[in-house]
Amino acid sequence: MATLEETTAAMEADHSLRRRDFINIAAVSFAGVGAVAVAVPLVSQMSPSADVLALASTEVDISKIAPGQAIKTSWRKQPIFIRNLTPKEIAEANAVPLSELRDPQTLAERTKPGKENWLITLGVCTHLGCVPLGTGEGENRGPFGGYFCPCHGSAYDTAARIRQGPAPLNLQVPEYNFNSDTVVTIG
Amino acid sequence: MSFAWAKAYEPKTELGRWIDERMPLPRLVYNAVGGGYPVPRNLNYGWNFGVLSGIFLTIQIVTGIILAMHYYASADGAFNSIEHIMRDVNAGWFLRYAHMNGASFFFIVVYIHIFRGLFYGSYKAPRELVWMLGLVIYLLMMATAFMGYVLPWGQMSYWGAQVITGFFSAFPLVGEPIRVWLLGGYAPDQAALTRFFSLHYLLPFVIAGVVILHIWSLHIPGSNNPTGVDVKSEKDTLPFHPFYTAKDGWFAGLFLTLYAAVLYFAPNMLGHPDNYIPANPLATPAHIVPEWYFWPFYAILRAFTVDFILPAKLWGVLAMFASILLLFFLPWLDKSPVRSGSYRPLFKRFFWILVADVLLLGLCGMKPAEQPWVAISQIAAAYYFAHFLIILPLVSKFERPLPLPNSISASVLHGEAEEAAPAGLKPAAAQ
Amino acid sequence: MVRIIGFLVGLGFAGVLLISLVVNLVGYIQSPPEPTAEHEFHRHPKELHLASDGPLGKFDRQQVQRGYQVYKEVCSACHSMNLVAYRNLADLGYSEAEVKAEAAQHEVPGINPETGEVSTRKAIPSDHFPAPYPNETAARAANNNALPPDLSLIAKAREGGPAYVYSLLTGFQNQPAELLKKFPAAKTPQGLHYNPYFANLNLAMAPPLTSEGQVTYADGTKATVDQMAKDVSAFLVWTAEPKLESRHRYGITALVFLIFATVLGYLSYRNIWAEAKRKVAPKGPLDPANKAKRTRAKAKAGIAG
Repeated sequence: MATLEETTAAMEADHSLRRRDFINIAAVSFAGVGAVAVAVPLVSQMSPSADVLALASTEVDISKIAPGQAIKTSWRKQPIFIRNLTPKEIAEANAVPLSELRDPQTLAERTKPGKENWLITLGVCTHLGCVPLGTGEGENRGPFGGYFCPCHGSAYDTAARIRQGPAPLNLQVPEYNFNSDTVVTIG
Repeated sequence: MSFAWAKAYEPKTELGRWIDERMPLPRLVYNAVGGGYPVPRNLNYGWNFGVLSGIFLTIQIVTGIILAMHYYASADGAFNSIEHIMRDVNAGWFLRYAHMNGASFFFIVVYIHIFRGLFYGSYKAPRELVWMLGLVIYLLMMATAFMGYVLPWGQMSYWGAQVITGFFSAFPLVGEPIRVWLLGGYAPDQAALTRFFSLHYLLPFVIAGVVILHIWSLHIPGSNNPTGVDVKSEKDTLPFHPFYTAKDGWFAGLFLTLYAAVLYFAPNMLGHPDNYIPANPLATPAHIVPEWYFWPFYAILRAFTVDFILPAKLWGVLAMFASILLLFFLPWLDKSPVRSGSYRPLFKRFFWILVADVLLLGLCGMKPAEQPWVAISQIAAAYYFAHFLIILPLVSKFERPLPLPNSISASVLHGEAEEAAPAGLKPAAAQ
Repeated sequence: MVRIIGFLVGLGFAGVLLISLVVNLVGYIQSPPEPTAEHEFHRHPKELHLASDGPLGKFDRQQVQRGYQVYKEVCSACHSMNLVAYRNLADLGYSEAEVKAEAAQHEVPGINPETGEVSTRKAIPSDHFPAPYPNETAARAANNNALPPDLSLIAKAREGGPAYVYSLLTGFQNQPAELLKKFPAAKTPQGLHYNPYFANLNLAMAPPLTSEGQVTYADGTKATVDQMAKDVSAFLVWTAEPKLESRHRYGITALVFLIFATVLGYLSYRNIWAEAKRKVAPKGPLDPANKAKRTRAKAKAGIAG
């Protein structure tokens, strides 16, 4: 049976051991916090740098695009299709029932109100990333009169929605804004 | 490792045991830097600088690999890519300044480490190989630092490369072809820049490999200590962990504080403004100077001004290389059986003169090649060679060392005043 | 064997060095180097105190904006600033709209999107400041074969930094009569301008800041030559080190953290080593208690000690 003195001594030894360990644990923890703090810039440096972020929005002058024409331009180093839809193309797009679409969206959802003729999409096929044909004069616009991807046969309609082929989604519509009737800011 | 009382590794966790059965890596670490490596208990802070060197090597490798993600090794684009890092890359300024000042601190720490070795006779038997591997590391560091300084392609980068590669043309016949071969051209240009980048990325890993050999060869005899007396019993040592991990840890914190102070508040103090000017092969800077850690060697190089049998330029180059290469022979130049300078009063005096001499050479390297600096560097360089090649051999032959303590524990546990006296006799006069 | 060869090598190097020393000294005594005008009349930069000085320095945004105005209206005619983009001006307190408007005032090289001919277009914020000359040859042709340096890093690329820039801009003067008397050959050549703060004393740049009011400051500050020089120097510190404030801020945090961590580490070290019995209390005559006894006994007996 431990005497009171022995127990007290043991408890004191116990306390002093914990007290002794405390400073060591504190020191190591602080070093650990420091290591994590240093790791933050080492990781964040790989995120886009300021000059890349500055090019995150591009202004495009669309005054020269006549109805029925499209241009290919660049935004965030990716191709952008800007098309001035003809009334016939708009009617075609609106005539398609949503149930027939793999990725159901109306033309109105993909354009700005009052500017339904302006179809602005990424020029990147949602299958595996090729650049579809259809912007240039004489290019194959595919069976649905929109865009056609030669890599694996994905066909998009006049609203750049996927109708046939392996692509799962419609051509992506980026964030954009009309500064005026002739200038659009993308991104 | 080599001491019988070294604690044996016993895996404390299931995972530790599983790995150890298949690959003795945890055991290796334990025996190298853990509780399984007995270290003399009387080490002073001079012994902290080996680990500190390792820390700065790690800092340089980590920051270097990350900088390489943003650097562009083109003569046209390199300078601007560094400014892109400084201005646009997230925390880029921190990484660049860390790497730039990390190199300086790496050299500060290594120089202190070397001078510790010189004073305490760490180069003597049985640690000659440790010493020589250390010199190999130092040479690799110098090559790495030189090539790294060229990469920003500033004025000093370019002209420093011109001067250093120009050394080779001092050698008759083969010199110029070697120089052109090294540069891949007739002057530093795109070819030189890309190959320097490639080698600058490679060499630190070679350094890391040699560091492992350096530590391995040290751990066979075990560490030296301030008395230079061999470890005799368990009383003389302490396990590396936790005693020296704690000591190394706190001192590293102190040194990193110093490093942070320079990095954040005076990041360009150790550099030269001319390297913020893009390289111009048609305009030589008023004074071409290398970074501070090369100044003593630059002084030795420029000290030879007169042709005597050989052209002065060739003397300079030979002397500069010789000033480092002679260190490889130190264990055979200084054959005193007493290791530590603490017990060699005459050696000690010359040691401090050497330190002053090297600092003076450094000052001369910084100054333009005018009088009186040329004359001072000539005297200082002469002393440097005399110190290692003439003075030390003679001193080690003729000096009278102080009596050594019986053992490390005797010197530690009975108080410093008694360290040199066997029990009962009057203590030697304090040094 | 090593020692013998080493001895000879040492004698060899030391010998050649001493020969060099003697020959140099004899040469120096016989024909001491001529004093030069640069050596005697070159002046160290004047003192300049900026808000960005020191470990806790911050940019005085008003001043830096004024400095930008000086650069834009005076210096940019000849000096490029390739590393600064219009979007960087947001750091100085300009709003996004102001930055866009500022950029739109300038033209940058571009091509005609229809014909592909070389032309110019309005700058946007992501563009860098355009250079006044298309290439070095054009710059030299327009400046008497001198190349006006890019100013982005000038505050870090010169010994003395902003103080040097300030001194240079305010240091133009007539060549002193004393210099002409001592070094008649050092008369300032035609087309150069005497400035003692420049290492070679004669600068190809004509004094750019000549009269008060050369620039009309938007904030109403009096635009004396001295003021404009100070302001543009402050601006150039910003262009060279846009991250200065951020660096100082992180530095304080890092230092406080590291000092605290070091103290903790030191306490932990002492804690661990307390068990190492590194120094056992000495016994006998070295025991401090006995030492004290001896001192007291000596004092009592009147013996010095």
